[in-house]
Amino acid sequence: MSTQYFALPRLSLRFFPIWRRHWLVWKKIAAPSILGHLADPVIYMLGLGYGLGSLLPEMGGMSYMAFLAAGTVCYSTMNSASFEALYSGFARMHEQRTWEAILNTPVSLDDVVLSEILWAATKSLMSGTAVLAVIWILGLSNSLMSLWMIPLALLIGLAFAAIGLIMTALAPAYDFFMYYFTLVITPMMLLCGVFFPVTQLPESMQIVASGLPLTHAIDLARPLMNGAVPPQALLHIGVLLAYALIAFYVSLVLFRRRLSR
Amino acid sequence: MSAVIRATGLQKSYGGNRVVDGLDLSINRGECFGLLGPNGAGKTTTLRMLLGLIAPDAGTAMLLDLPVPQAAREARIRVGVVPQMDNLDPDFTVAENLLVYGRYFGMQDSEIEARIPSLLEFASLTSKRDAKVPTLSGGMKRRLTLARALVNDPDVIFLDEPTTGLDPQARHLIWQRLRELTQQGKTLLLTTHFMDEAERLCHRLGVMDNGKLISQGTPRELIEQNIEPQVVEVFGETSGHWVNEHAAKFAQRFEVSGESVFCYVQNAQPLVAHLQAQSELRYLHRPANLEDVFLKLTGREMRD
Repeated sequence: MSTQYFALPRLSLRFFPIWRRHWLVWKKIAAPSILGHLADPVIYMLGLGYGLGSLLPEMGGMSYMAFLAAGTVCYSTMNSASFEALYSGFARMHEQRTWEAILNTPVSLDDVVLSEILWAATKSLMSGTAVLAVIWILGLSNSLMSLWMIPLALLIGLAFAAIGLIMTALAPAYDFFMYYFTLVITPMMLLCGVFFPVTQLPESMQIVASGLPLTHAIDLARPLMNGAVPPQALLHIGVLLAYALIAFYVSLVLFRRRLSR
Repeated sequence: MSAVIRATGLQKSYGGNRVVDGLDLSINRGECFGLLGPNGAGKTTTLRMLLGLIAPDAGTAMLLDLPVPQAAREARIRVGVVPQMDNLDPDFTVAENLLVYGRYFGMQDSEIEARIPSLLEFASLTSKRDAKVPTLSGGMKRRLTLARALVNDPDVIFLDEPTTGLDPQARHLIWQRLRELTQQGKTLLLTTHFMDEAERLCHRLGVMDNGKLISQGTPRELIEQNIEPQVVEVFGETSGHWVNEHAAKFAQRFEVSGESVFCYVQNAQPLVAHLQAQSELRYLHRPANLEDVFLKLTGREMRD
């Protein structure tokens, strides 16, 4: 690989007109998009919360529904960033050739990739906030600390958008994304403490889970939803930031290589 | 005259395959320059290097007196691009496409809005201002792509096969608009497969093959320098027999393609007189054109 691919990102505010483009597209399909962001996680939360919750006295020192609430915000946030970075990002890069059009202007690939990450994180912010609103309305969290979930949704979005873009940079076609969802996203949903505490897992699986970004997101989210300061908060924030920054750089190197033809 | 596009010894390889091989090119302000060549000749790669989208392996390129790719961003502020394949935003209306694209050049919304009516008029799309892109015909999409390339009022416009896939009406309208742009003093660099397009629009042409510029000049110069002035095409089932018996007697140079024989001659009269007596053969006598030059320089075999 040529050394020029490895240059550090050169960031500028030129990403902003691209972000505005995505926003303008989204505004045209806002209603179905919001419904899509809300329906799936809320139905899971209510179904499992009432169904399983009635059989369980409590989990992690709270009602099962309240336990699920924190996990639901995090995984819906993860999902919306991932879908945006993979499917929509691939459409813009490959199918619609939107990137090609943009790159013919005084905007660089670094700006384009940054705009993709920030836009996918924006989608996370919107879906996280929407789920949070439902949780507030249902009275499942009534602490002001839960407002910290909003910036957390953005941080989770940045991390998963950047990781997702690595897949987009490598993908030959849409089918490829099935590997990522089956082998990465679904296992994270089941191992990282969305539905039950990670401590229920065998030790070896706990070690795996402790390295995954969603675990750190949930370790921050669950105390916040219950009005407590998360233990080791800086560590968890650091891990999510590290995922976002390293994955951004890796995806940028891969995009530079892919688009150099 | 000052060159607005200048390339020296440009070279680019992909996986050991040299796509552009030592290309020298100089295009003057206000000129319409056409790059001709069969598929895979390196035309698009050349355009991408001149735009600073990819770095050459060797050689240098200057665009509007700025070195590319080093200063490509600054150079592209004054450049418009019509890509080979349409990449309009399908979710947007015609006007939204122009607005969103202008923002990428750092233009203010008010500045872009002020330009949109004249851009739409230029593209004959005024009545389609609020139509969504998927509802447009191929010719309209192409015109919108051209209008979009003009949103920043560029000095130089790159056009990669601007009329491929269009019907004759749509093509003539594009040609007319491109001529207007050269009259306004814009510099145009276009690639094309269509010889009539090159002949009508371009002040100068370069023929590319295997990554090299093998001939360049005005359309007339290319014909005069490369080929005999008269062509007689001979067709018919017995043309194969006729070639063996007679062709060399009448034509300095001839080529066989299927049942057709192309005879290139300085003076066609003896050949035409001979053919008038051959009742089983049909023929067409015409002046040599760019297509003859192109086929002579790049060969008749298929390239895909």
